[in-house]
Amino acid sequence: MLATHFSPLAGSFFSLIAIASLLLSFVMLGSRWLRHYLYAFGLESWLIAILSASVGYYGHFPELYLIAILTAVFRGTLLPYLLLRILRRLSVVREVQVSLQPSSSLVVGALGVVFALTIAAHIGNGLNLVGSVAVLALTVMLSMKLIGFLMLAVRHEAVSQVLGLLVLENGIFLGSQILVPGMPLLIEIVILFDLLIVVACFGLLVQYLMSRVGSTSSLALRKLVG
Amino acid sequence: MAGTLLLIVALAPAVAIVLILALRRPRAAEFFNLAASIVSLLAALPLPLASYDGPYVFWRGYVALDPLGAWATLCSAIVYCLASIYAIGYMRMLDEEERLARFYMLFAAFALTTLIGPMMNNAGLYWIAIELTTLVSTFLVAFEHSAESIEAAWKYIIVVSGGISLALLGTVLFYWAGTFVIGATYDMTWSTLRAAAPHMSPVLLLLGFLLVLVGYGTKVGLAPMHTWLPDAHSEGPAPVSALLSGALLNTAIVGIVRYLAVVDAARVGPIPRDTLLAFGVFSLFVAALFIARQRGIKRLMAYSSVEHMGVMALGFGFGGVLGVAGALYHMLNHSLNKSLMFFGAGSMMRSYGTKRIGAIRGVGSHFPVVGALWLAGAVAITGAPPFGLFASELTILRAGFAGSGIWAAIAMSILLIVIFIGFLNHFRLMYVEPAGASHPVPRPVSAWCVLPMWLALLPLLVLGLWWPEPVWHFLSAIAGELAVPGAVR
Repeated sequence: MLATHFSPLAGSFFSLIAIASLLLSFVMLGSRWLRHYLYAFGLESWLIAILSASVGYYGHFPELYLIAILTAVFRGTLLPYLLLRILRRLSVVREVQVSLQPSSSLVVGALGVVFALTIAAHIGNGLNLVGSVAVLALTVMLSMKLIGFLMLAVRHEAVSQVLGLLVLENGIFLGSQILVPGMPLLIEIVILFDLLIVVACFGLLVQYLMSRVGSTSSLALRKLVG
Repeated sequence: MAGTLLLIVALAPAVAIVLILALRRPRAAEFFNLAASIVSLLAALPLPLASYDGPYVFWRGYVALDPLGAWATLCSAIVYCLASIYAIGYMRMLDEEERLARFYMLFAAFALTTLIGPMMNNAGLYWIAIELTTLVSTFLVAFEHSAESIEAAWKYIIVVSGGISLALLGTVLFYWAGTFVIGATYDMTWSTLRAAAPHMSPVLLLLGFLLVLVGYGTKVGLAPMHTWLPDAHSEGPAPVSALLSGALLNTAIVGIVRYLAVVDAARVGPIPRDTLLAFGVFSLFVAALFIARQRGIKRLMAYSSVEHMGVMALGFGFGGVLGVAGALYHMLNHSLNKSLMFFGAGSMMRSYGTKRIGAIRGVGSHFPVVGALWLAGAVAITGAPPFGLFASELTILRAGFAGSGIWAAIAMSILLIVIFIGFLNHFRLMYVEPAGASHPVPRPVSAWCVLPMWLALLPLLVLGLWWPEPVWHFLSAIAGELAVPGAVR
């Protein structure tokens, strides 16, 4: 069962979820409040869990139900909780200095989506997938990648950077549910666990940053140059 | 036979981790780590020989022993062993007795990930192994807990995680391209990918490869994705720097080579190789600039790693028997040589109590033995005869001039000369320039720190004077395996 073989109803449903996730990335891009990033990320993860389950249902991949549950538990609940704990320990509630104002980053993000669409359409043409949900999935995957990198580039708070990385991974996860639902279970589960470890590592490092550097903003990290 | 060896290579550090965790005594930790590294090395030495008869597959196809993986694992095992000897002398100088057990546990874990990474037969598992190397080594980079080392660790984990998330995207695209040929669910082994590659969509493969190249290229330290490398290499303890440079970078370049073989099989045109060559030349260029104007001694070594990764990328990019064999020979030589350089730099840094090149003066007169070893290493790392890197760099250049990438070969020769002058100028200052009156007498260097320098330099000299026939055959066999029958280049 490939992405092209889904029924029209299933295809539209997947499209809806994919677009909603993309919009949530824009919520992160358009806000300065760290808490908003967190909620948007949590919601996005739940959407991806729903997507996994529905791909499993329509595409007859029973193992995707397990992935859906794990996604909801880890990405949707545990990771936001861990990040919330980090956030509570810090006294930072919003981005103070940004290289790019939220409004301008929304515009740059939109340009990124256009760029992603161009690439996805080009690839879709080559594979005779025009108009299918696969092109949309590829677009969303690439745009979330670009938006994640944009967040990494223009935001300076440690937590925003971690969330930027998580958006990168969410994009891949979302796209891969639609494009390659048959990807071996082992790999997906390990990647999920891996993410948990990543966030744990970040938590520890943020503590170090706080105690040794005295700030969690990457603007304070200027000692090593040349 | 092959399976047992592989198991010993991986189990030795794993057992050491458990024992260190159980005992938590600094001296015991030193001993277990050293013992594990020696056992690993002894098991890894015959590994290339055992892998010769073709790939062996273990553990339901997730792990495989093939010549390329065996070679990279051997390089990692050598560096692990040398760095473990050195660590005993070096870490005692740090006065971190109570955290020493933790250090050796992480050190063995890091070595374990670099040892098993090249053995992963599945593209997804390989990605996970590379991710693990990052997570473990972050805490080794941050070990000294100074503001600088935390900064380096933070940059390291952010830049590298971002980079290898691109590699994950590339991996997914490769898998997707495969589903059109094989079906929705399959095991993404390297051989499956290569077999299916000629039938996959070329544009998808190309996009996938470029993403993977940038992604793993970040981990390899190819410019312009190298930004984490000088920080992480200079702020971690010296044995960690050696392991990062001599083992980790090789583990990551293996992935690029394997994916290159996949896109080669698909014949997607010259873009993949040309991109690899461009990254290689640009790495040399960036390294030349930063080496010439460098002020930190360990950063100097780090930029030299960027340079040598660029040279290896060029070798693999040129391809052919000469290119691939030269690059693989370079891998071994660089592992030996860069360990030697970091050992010397670490000892000097501790002895003089500074990382600034400007404050390190009169090395030759204060340290006749260590100074001579380090100087010989410096001559070797710039590619001068009679050391191993001269032989491998010359082979890579020959491959370049024989193939269609002559522009890259010309750029490489010029930049290597610039780096030769720039790098050795720093050593001229450190050895010949008279010290100012205010310079205190440096602290002596422990014998634990001198021994691995000998152990690295002597093989390097032998490998430069004599490229053993069996090694040449082995490396050209890998080249033959990677090449596509009837390929243009």
